[in-house]
Amino acid sequence: MKRIALIGMPNAGKSTLFNRMSGASAKVANWPGVTVDLLSAKLLMAGTMTELVDLPGIYDLHGFSDDEQIVRHFLCNNTIDLILIVANATQIERQLSLALQLKSLGLPAVLLLNMEDEAKKLGISINADQLGKELGYPVALLSAKYGHGYNDAYKLIESELQKSHAKPILSLEKDFAIDQDVEDKLASIVRHTVDVPTDSSDIMTQKLDAILLHKWFGLPLFFTIMYLLFEAVYTIGAPLQDAVAWLLEGFRDIALAPLFSVLPDLLNSFLLEGVYDGVATVASFVPVIIIFFLFMAIIEDSGYLSRAAFLMDALMSRLGLDGRGFVMLLMGFGCNVPALMGTRTMRSRGLRLLTMLVIPFSLCSARLQVFVFMTTALFTPSQAPLVLFSLYLMTFATVIITALLFKGRYNSQEPLALELPPYRLPTARQMILRGWHEVKHFLRRATKFITLGVVLVWIVVNMPYGVEPASAASWSGWIGEFMSPLLSPAGINPELTVALIFGFVAKEIVIGALAVIYGMEGSALMNGLALQIDWVQAYSFMLFTLIYTPCLATIATLRAESKSDWYTLLALAWPLTLAWVTSVSFYQLARFLGY
Amino acid sequence: MQAPQALTSLQVGQSATIHALHVEPNFQFRLNGLGFRVGKSIEIMRMAPFNGPLHLKLDNTEVMLRQQDAAKIEILV
Repeated sequence: MKRIALIGMPNAGKSTLFNRMSGASAKVANWPGVTVDLLSAKLLMAGTMTELVDLPGIYDLHGFSDDEQIVRHFLCNNTIDLILIVANATQIERQLSLALQLKSLGLPAVLLLNMEDEAKKLGISINADQLGKELGYPVALLSAKYGHGYNDAYKLIESELQKSHAKPILSLEKDFAIDQDVEDKLASIVRHTVDVPTDSSDIMTQKLDAILLHKWFGLPLFFTIMYLLFEAVYTIGAPLQDAVAWLLEGFRDIALAPLFSVLPDLLNSFLLEGVYDGVATVASFVPVIIIFFLFMAIIEDSGYLSRAAFLMDALMSRLGLDGRGFVMLLMGFGCNVPALMGTRTMRSRGLRLLTMLVIPFSLCSARLQVFVFMTTALFTPSQAPLVLFSLYLMTFATVIITALLFKGRYNSQEPLALELPPYRLPTARQMILRGWHEVKHFLRRATKFITLGVVLVWIVVNMPYGVEPASAASWSGWIGEFMSPLLSPAGINPELTVALIFGFVAKEIVIGALAVIYGMEGSALMNGLALQIDWVQAYSFMLFTLIYTPCLATIATLRAESKSDWYTLLALAWPLTLAWVTSVSFYQLARFLGY
Repeated sequence: MQAPQALTSLQVGQSATIHALHVEPNFQFRLNGLGFRVGKSIEIMRMAPFNGPLHLKLDNTEVMLRQQDAAKIEILV
């Protein structure tokens, strides 16, 4: 088997190319010498099974950031037949430096000049043949996003792969010790081969920036846009969730219930009220999640996130964080785990630990499901989006409190330089791929711990054998009773307590657990819940759900990224404390005010 | 030609040539990667609210840089 590695600077379109080459077959895997998982895919290229590995985006092969070390360690511990250097053609004058560095290491490579469409639009012309001759690598121009030039580039890669033989592994001390001065060569090659018009600015980006980065309107605009997005997710998502829940309910009543009625009572209850109700309730939220991630995909690909970093950096620096941390919080609205891994670009340990401490407060899509469910059940359709938005604001409140409390402990003076790429729109293909990816992600979680979670909940609700489900005599009743001195001051009843405990594993389990505990699903469950608790209790429960540990995967990531047990313990204990204090304060105050 | 001065002394909308980068080695890698090299032309596009970072342009690359870091870059007007 042969191996190809993708190397390029951040924002060069490396992932887009990787996705185009691998289709949807990518998997994360471990690699010798590298402590983090990397994406890879197996392809048949020129008749040989070939492994394509996506390395993290880097600025310099000699740099000291975590990502740069990962790339170096990968090159020193794995044989590679061919490197694909991905560079943004519109920024060739600086991105070529990586190709020159790889050349001086003597590695076999192909230079792929990506975003040829944008370069053409800006009037930049590149003499690829001449460039290839001066550089010593074959060069191809393409647009990984739209596919222009892709077939030719692919053929070039195949023919280079056939010619190439696996290079001996590099040595960290010897090969990376000499820092070749690439500066002069870079300037001379660019002078000979690239023609840039004097004014090559992207007019669209300039016009948009004049509004979106405006000194006074920039920030209010940003928050308005975010509010409208969340409102849109709710407005489009809630009816869809309703429709899917109705379908799943119908399937249960028409097909499953008669089918399972021949089974013994306990088994019938286990399959129908345990597994099916639990998983179906969670599954009804898949449309909301897909819509949410489609919006996220537009925002992420648009280039607006780095503008958010620009607008918020001054405020974030007062909290001991920076603009990147703000972007990671926004990414955390999708899922906390990749947001935590995104902090690898930070070099200062203090800054990184502080950022990782606040990211889990980000209202992730799993918690969004719980909140869409609870707000729909207990608030009017006009109140619900506002309640939801208030929880997003709570994310920022908890981040501010936490950062102010801990910034003395984790301080840093790390300099910050971030690229502001031009505004772009994702293609339909990229959006569909993203939506599909989220469905897959959900199914993986569903088959793993969501099913396991609801099964466990069913057991504690129905055991010991013969008790009234979820009654005081059941195991869940005992647990609720045991925890009640702690959680009843927050208005959280024994049933909700059980849901919270299992929600520690993953937040999707919370609604699955409620379905199992109350023995209902869909709209029946929402109505049933509204009879059991009032809005004050519901909001207190949502505050607790928002602030305490998001899920086991987040804890595992915190542990893996920080490599510290004490820090992981702090990241577990502090949110629990804050969740308890916030919920109890809210509940007691609301009751005191007569609500 | 005038004496070298800090990048922060430029007004929004002005441009100049980079003369020297007085930053720690690691940050220099990052700046080089982003296109900050001696002799390159650099323009200040705008400044973020609350005395925040600068929005800079070098060739076709736009970058945000905090003022405290920009102060370590010397330019010739």
